This record gives sequence, structure tokens and C-alpha cells, in this order.
Amino acid sequence: MDAGLLGSIVTVVFFILFIAILVWAFYRGNKKKFEDAGNLPFQEDADEVRKPD
Amino acid sequence: MEATYNYKVVRQFAIMTIVWGIVGMLVGVLIAAQLIWPDLTKDLGPLAPFLSYGRLRPLHTNAVIFAFGGSALFATSLYVVQRTCQTRVLSDGLASFVFWGWQLVILLAAITLPMGYTSSKEYAELEWPIDILIAVVWVAYGVLFFGTVIKRKTKHIYVANWFFGAYIITIALLHIVNSAELPVTMTKSYSAYAGVHDAMVQWWYGHNAVGFFLTTAFLGMMYYFIPKQAGRPIFSYRLSIVHFWALNFIYMWAGPHHLMYTALPDWAQSLGMVFSLMLIAPSWGGMMNGIMTLSGAWHKLRTDPILKFLITAMSFYGMSTFEGPMMSVKTVNALSHYTEWTVGHVHSGALGWVAMISIGSLYHLIPRLFGREEMFSIKLINTHFWMSTIGVVLYIAALWIAGVAQGLMWRATNTDGTLTYSFAQSVNAMYPFYTIRLIGGGLFFAGMLLMAYNVWKTIAAGKAVNDARIPEAVAA
Repeated sequence: MDAGLLGSIVTVVFFILFIAILVWAFYRGNKKKFEDAGNLPFQEDADEVRKPD
Repeated sequence: MEATYNYKVVRQFAIMTIVWGIVGMLVGVLIAAQLIWPDLTKDLGPLAPFLSYGRLRPLHTNAVIFAFGGSALFATSLYVVQRTCQTRVLSDGLASFVFWGWQLVILLAAITLPMGYTSSKEYAELEWPIDILIAVVWVAYGVLFFGTVIKRKTKHIYVANWFFGAYIITIALLHIVNSAELPVTMTKSYSAYAGVHDAMVQWWYGHNAVGFFLTTAFLGMMYYFIPKQAGRPIFSYRLSIVHFWALNFIYMWAGPHHLMYTALPDWAQSLGMVFSLMLIAPSWGGMMNGIMTLSGAWHKLRTDPILKFLITAMSFYGMSTFEGPMMSVKTVNALSHYTEWTVGHVHSGALGWVAMISIGSLYHLIPRLFGREEMFSIKLINTHFWMSTIGVVLYIAALWIAGVAQGLMWRATNTDGTLTYSFAQSVNAMYPFYTIRLIGGGLFFAGMLLMAYNVWKTIAAGKAVNDARIPEAVAA
């Protein structure tokens, strides 16, 4: 296998992988999980409450 | 004993960030002055060679990137990883080793660069014994960081840690590959690569140092400190995941844009240009994500100068990540390359983005590390903000005009094909712009002194916090 073919295969694999990441990130079932993750900086300290807006 | 966070290493790095920021920027101001008055340090007798422009310039870049920026990243990454993983660092001893090891690297750089020891690779000038020390300290940092992530109490790894993690792995890879060299003596080595390969490896390193040290890592800072200071979670956590992977997939191939119209094969130049242009998408996605975190709470921007620093940093991030891809377009590069425009672009990123996000984060961090509610003076933060902003704007506007003028003068030809201007004429045209740049840079530097005073007063009124409690088990 020459470098050109290998490079093409890697490019296509990475592209598909990236599409898969997109689907995973925006999959409806993961919505809650990611929202919880986004709140991590605020769950770290029991004494610290979120500032009101 | 109740579980606590290790704030000592964070505090050490936070203080050194300010110290090295002042040192690095002072050297920058000095060499900016030397461009206007080349004889400035000539009469200093035996000191003169050590203070010559050619030796101080790498000292400036190394000091601001690796000493100031590096310390800021060590401080914030070790703070963020502990707090979002709700666990103490893997090892206090290793944390001390990383701190003192990194300070030793900086000290050695500050001695060897003015003495003229250099491997001549930009942003990788340090000679081989120091390169080995950097590799050892960096691997220790990696073990410390990932070890802390592994022993986390939370289920999820917060996005900021993903950015810090990518930065740590990539910098190790870049540093080790680009520093492959054959030692001749203790202070002299030759690159393992030759000719255009050496150039390509160097700029693969150089651009990814910009991409992963000066961008990805500081985005880690952004993803923690903007939500914390704004008091609301990041605009879209899902966008941050896409932002992270898109940056990682694309950044690696942008390096060739530093080698336009050189001996590098044309296809590689085009590849570098295309990947640089694609970078606009994740860069702007990330910028929106940071700025939109404030949506619904824009009024906070009026009253909170720390948020002003953080959000202005995001604006400069957006501006320089738009400017960069434009400059990588071959036809634009034909005008901009080797001119002051490039220097202006770098500083819009380095001062506007990197320094301002670090300064904002430090103002958030310092009171928490010293048991204070807030900084000694909020008013001084506001003054600092305006000094920094006006300083950067003066700096980059001057160098835009200077760079374009320079590029146009270099390429101007008469009808018979001879050059319209001599090189000295283009140098002469630079004086007014160099002066404005010196004023802008000086203003930014003076702002750092103001910050040092504010931090000093905050520390004097406070007490080092060594008992920051780790909360008991939490959900998610």
C-alpha cells in the first residue's frame, strides 16, 4: 500500500469519525447528560451557590 | 483528615505568572525601543552583547510564552482539574517537582539565551540539555494531570480538562520530535533533520505550539473561568465537544502556511492554506460559545471588569483566528509574510487573547487562593482593563499599517523592472509605527505592574488557603 492510498483511507476514516462525534454530541438521548456535565463547575463546592443573575 | 485541594502549587504558579509576565513584557518593551533606537544598549560596555536585539528577542518570546503563559496554564489547569474532578492532585511531591523543574527551565533560558546559546529554531531555541529537562518536567506534568483525572470522583470529565489534556499530550509530542538533535558539545547541537524537512518539522512544531499551547490550552481556561465568573454554565456544552474535536482534527496540518513560496512542495503549501481556512469554523464556534455564555446576563459586563477581560479576550481570539486564515491565503501571504503585519497578528493573539484571558482568570483565582472575597481593588482591575485594551489596539493597528506599507514598498517596481525602494527606505518608513507600537506595548506592560500591586495588596490582606475542602460525593 503506498502512502497516497494510506493517506486517503486515513482521511476518510477521520471524516467518518468526526461525523460520528457530531451525531453523538447532538443525539437527543445525550442531551441531559451533557447539560449535567456543563454544570460541573458549579457542583464542585458545597458552600458555593450559583450567583443569581 | 478531611480531604482538601492542593492550592499550594496553584498559588506558586499564579504568582510566578505575574512575575514572568512583567519580566517577559519588559524585555519586549526594551527590544521594541531598540528598533527605534538601535544604539540604546550599545554603550553599556561589557553588558552590551548580552542585551543585543538578536539575543533578547528569543528571550522575550520564550519568557512570555513559556514562562508567563506556561505558568498561567500550570496554575489554572491544576486548579481546574482538581476542582472539576473533585479530588486532590495525584501527588504533592510531583506537583512541587513540576513547579521547581519549570522554574529551573526558565532560569536556564534566561541565562543561556542572552549568552547566545541557541539551536536557532524559533520558539525552540533552547539547547539540548534544557530540552531534555523540559521533556522530563513535561512528562511529570502529564502524569500529574492525567493521574488526577483518573482518580476523579465525578463521572464525567469536564470539557476544560479535555482541552488541557490535548495540550499536554500534543506539546510533549511536538517538543520531543522537533528537538531531535545531535549534540556536539554541552551548548551546541545540530538538528536531526536537514533542509526543507527541517523547516517543515520546525513549522509543524511552531504552528502547533500556537495551536495547542496558545490556543487549545487557553480555551481550557475559557471553558472554566467564563462560566464561573458569569455564574452560568457554558452556552452549549455540546458545541464545546464539537469545538474540541474539530480543532484537534484540523490544527495539525496548518503548519505549512509558515513556509509559503519556499522550497516546500507546492501541494504542502496548498494543504496548509486549506486547513488554515477550515480552522475558522471551530475557532468561531468556540468564540461564540464563550461569548454567548453571557446571553441573558449582558449587564454583568458593565459592572464586572474581570468579565470584561475574559470576554474581550474572546473577541481578540475571534479577530486573530479570522486574520490568521486570511494571512495563510497565498496571495495575501505574498504581501504579508516577513512584514510587521505578522508581528501585529501574533500580538493580537498573544496580548489580546492569551494574556487577557490569563489576566481575567488570575483575577478570579487570586482571591480564592488567599481567602479573600475579591481583589483588593476592583477599580484598579477596570483601569488595568482599559490600559490593556488600548495598549493592544495601538500595538496591532500600528503594525497593520506598518506591515502593509512595508509589503507594498518591497514589491514595488519601476517600469524597467528595478525596485522602486531600497530596503533602508522601507526601514525608515517604519519609525512612526514603531513608536506607536512602543507606546501600546508600554501601556500593556504598565498594566501588569498595576496588577502586581493589586495582587500584592490582596495577598497582604489575606492568608494562604490550604484547607479548601473537597465536597462529599455528588451526582453526575
